[in-house]
Amino acid sequence: MDTFVQQLINGLTIGSIYALIALGYTMVYGILRLINFAHGDIYMVGAYAGFMIATSLGFAANPSALGFGVTLIGSMAIAAGIGMAIERFAYRPVRKYSKMTTLITAIGMSLLIEYLFVFIFSGTPRSFPQLLPNENITLFGNATISTSQILIFVVSIALMMVLQYIIFRTKMGKAMRAVSFNITSAKLMGINTDFVIAFTFALGSALAAAGGVLTAQYNPKIEPLMGIMTGLKAFVAAVLGGIGNIPGAVLGGLLIGAAETLVVGYGSYVGIPSTYRDAVAFAILILVLLLRPAGLLGSNVQEKV
Amino acid sequence: MTRAFLTLALIVSIFSSFACVQKGGNGGAADTGDTIKVGVYVDLTGQTSSFGQSTKNGIELAVEEINNAGGINGKKIELIVEDDQGRPEQAKTVVSKLINQDKVRALLGEVASTNSLAAAPVAQEAKIPMITPSSTNPKVTEVGDYISRVCFIDPFQGSVMAKFAANTLKAKTAAIFGDVNSDYSKGLTQFFEEEFTKLGGKVVAKEAYTQTDPDFKGQLTKIRNLKPDVIYIPGYYGQVGIIAKQARELDMNMPLLGGDGWDSPELWKLGGAALKNTYISNHYSAENPAPEIQNFVKAYKAKFNVEPDSLAALAYDAAKVLADAIKRAGGTDSAKLRDAINSTKNFPGVTGQITIDSSRNAVKPAVVLELDPTAGKFKFKETIAPEGSAPSAAANTNSNSNSGMTAATNANSTNSYTSANTNATK
Repeated sequence: MDTFVQQLINGLTIGSIYALIALGYTMVYGILRLINFAHGDIYMVGAYAGFMIATSLGFAANPSALGFGVTLIGSMAIAAGIGMAIERFAYRPVRKYSKMTTLITAIGMSLLIEYLFVFIFSGTPRSFPQLLPNENITLFGNATISTSQILIFVVSIALMMVLQYIIFRTKMGKAMRAVSFNITSAKLMGINTDFVIAFTFALGSALAAAGGVLTAQYNPKIEPLMGIMTGLKAFVAAVLGGIGNIPGAVLGGLLIGAAETLVVGYGSYVGIPSTYRDAVAFAILILVLLLRPAGLLGSNVQEKV
Repeated sequence: MTRAFLTLALIVSIFSSFACVQKGGNGGAADTGDTIKVGVYVDLTGQTSSFGQSTKNGIELAVEEINNAGGINGKKIELIVEDDQGRPEQAKTVVSKLINQDKVRALLGEVASTNSLAAAPVAQEAKIPMITPSSTNPKVTEVGDYISRVCFIDPFQGSVMAKFAANTLKAKTAAIFGDVNSDYSKGLTQFFEEEFTKLGGKVVAKEAYTQTDPDFKGQLTKIRNLKPDVIYIPGYYGQVGIIAKQARELDMNMPLLGGDGWDSPELWKLGGAALKNTYISNHYSAENPAPEIQNFVKAYKAKFNVEPDSLAALAYDAAKVLADAIKRAGGTDSAKLRDAINSTKNFPGVTGQITIDSSRNAVKPAVVLELDPTAGKFKFKETIAPEGSAPSAAANTNSNSNSGMTAATNANSTNSYTSANTNATK
């Protein structure tokens, strides 16, 4: 029993990170019908931004809540800026062309960011400093949870609540919902759609950056290609929950995280080796696309062709 | 800035070599020049770039010393360094480039066995001798007679740690947690298990990870339930630091064991205090007071301002062995150079006496080091020699070398390592 709880805690920890990143995929898709493949790399950019802030301001030497807060918010702000810049200079100029053009631009953007970072920082894994003291808390029996895991849960839930507030309780959120409903009508109603889209990119990028900093507290190895696999799994999470659906992204993220950890923990009893954890996410993607293309929480909308 | 310059230089060199080809002359051929071109391919920007950097440094130091002493038979060594990004396919590409465009006469590289294995067939095909400083998987030199190494191999390295676990740590049960995509890790897993079982121990769990795993707690939780006395983690520094950390977070405080893949300055930052009570097998100890080792450590520190790890030491030895062979061969004729390298005997290296055996492996003792995270240093623990004493074992295998370099002799010598008894010499 305690082993199962332990595995569940392990799974939900990475699941929360997937959920934070999946939110960015799903929001951008909701508004532009674009899969922003560079989004996983923003997660990596966030981790590096946090690394630069923490080391240059000296938070690495003496861990404190203030240092962590500044690092988290600073890296979210930097990532938001970069997200907006990518939208402005890479996606907006090609938005008027076919969806395929934007999609390929997104893939190009992703490669550009990855190898730009390899170029600047080299591919060697770097160690992210511990910003808050890390301790273990024994829940019961053998089941333990570390403070960095608790931090991931608390911060991601808080951020998701803030997001929920922005989308449903603010004017900007209303505009975002309007744009996602119908971009042309929204424009006719006087909504500055360009600004709303830029804001959406900023919001999604900030969440991904928070995911990057939080992961780095738990697994302090950062390297320029860390966003590829994590980003892909977050994308699968968004599709699983129903792409374009915000609660769906969170649910999908948690499910993917739990599923892959349980495969590691118990897969060998049913003949699945633990190294198939990555395959599981994609097997789920295939099943979802076959059985319920709209995702778990997505509504089935007929698209006009 | 330097990188941009290097890229530019690379582009220019590629174009100029095209120009050469178009002129129809092989003007770049080494025999006519007054330098000996040696190609180096290592990972300078990938996941194991700390290995590549150390290797490059070690080779550069050796070449600088050789050239300052007048070169080899009046010719200086010219290094051409290529980055393979730690990717096997890239290793293959850059080695083809080094051979076909730069016309190098010999190759030094890679560290990771998977990358050496990808590039070795290219070198063998072109008949360009290649010495790998630190790839320990036995398959690497089995590629052909142009491929050799100056380090010991995994059957020995795996058995060293098994002996240490069983004899020194008195472990009865062990778990193995390896990297599923690495030939290095798979080899060590196999040979550790064989030797540990032979010594009466039991391997209770074999788990695997991939380098992109977001965390390792899933596998570690599974291992925790089986309560092994030790965990053997034959991986590279980028992952093992985190694994150690997450194991300690799960209250798993047993000794962790590893191999030379742990040896990197980055390890201390990644693992921190979790690296207490961990031990690795390695090629040499920088603490060894022998004058040749201390002179090397001093020269390396003066040039690069860091302590040399074992990869730097092996790379230094590989370059020196190559230079020695070129001297004995009287030039860079492929076949003569190959024979000269393969007949290296009792070469005094920083990492011990180097004798290349009939399978083109070096027979050398290994050291077990204890990690001291507070000082950020590897502390010498004990030396474990291969079966018998090192020189006599080398002489034995050497006497076989005339019987041809067949797969059968390969298999035989591999067995002689794994069947080595508990001959641990302190």
